[in-house]
Amino acid sequence: MRIGVVTFPGSLDDTDAARAVRYAGAEPVPLWHADRDLRGVDAVVLPGGFSYGDYLRCGAIARFSPVMGELVPAARAGLPVLGICNGFQILCEAHLLPGALTRNAGLRFITRDVRLTVENAGTAWTSGYTSGQQLFVPLKSGEGAYAADEATLDELEASGRVVVRYDGAAPNGTARGIAGICDESGNVVGLMPHPEHAIDALTGPSPDGLGFFTSVVATFAGALR
Amino acid sequence: MARVIVEVMLKPEIHDPQGEAVLSASHRLGFGTVTSVRQGKRFELELDGPADGAALGAVEELARELLANPVIEEFSLRPAD
Repeated sequence: MRIGVVTFPGSLDDTDAARAVRYAGAEPVPLWHADRDLRGVDAVVLPGGFSYGDYLRCGAIARFSPVMGELVPAARAGLPVLGICNGFQILCEAHLLPGALTRNAGLRFITRDVRLTVENAGTAWTSGYTSGQQLFVPLKSGEGAYAADEATLDELEASGRVVVRYDGAAPNGTARGIAGICDESGNVVGLMPHPEHAIDALTGPSPDGLGFFTSVVATFAGALR
Repeated sequence: MARVIVEVMLKPEIHDPQGEAVLSASHRLGFGTVTSVRQGKRFELELDGPADGAALGAVEELARELLANPVIEEFSLRPAD
């Protein structure tokens, strides 16, 4: 399986995302923001960072990059896409996911390992987990508070599209404790915490995050069968 | 050449922690009569040609597509004086 990792100007976590892809047994394929080309990949990770300096709004400029011109229709057609942190913000700005990410309630940039609960283990990126499973992964963001109107939040909850939720009080004031959501198909997933920074005990707080990447590899293998 | 002003504000129901921080700083400075602060953005656009209906319509589209995120923000626009 070949998984593309997009690098925008200001991306920070593309190297760790590629490393997580490799750990999961897939081939990471570098994708460049200025190329109108997905290089035939089977899935895409939009990594964390500060694309285009977070100018205007986080993800607002990245949304109009040439690579996104290819990615948006591909995602709508079923290509699995994982947006982590800034990648989640980009997915919301691109309307592949509903809602938006807003400034943390306490205004502070939060860098902390957080406990999450997997609420939807049926997506392309979480099928290797079990519903209710706890994960311990880093959160590092200044604009990580998920916001959407009440009707959208109700719809996300009713349709099981809250993928991961913070345990206990959300550190950033996010609506209903939401840490990550998915689209109707479950192929497009966005979350603020960083599973790619938690793939082994040597470099992360736990190996819990690797499951996002092994899940999509298993999903792909299952689709080929 | 015409100039158009676009102002973008968070929707009233969206929490504005920056505005709250400015409010509390205002109180620390002794401006106790300030009861609320909301922080927004102002864009000044220069256009080729007059700010007629078509031009303002195009700016409105730009505001909806790029300058504001309608999920969390609202905007207003007007020709500059």
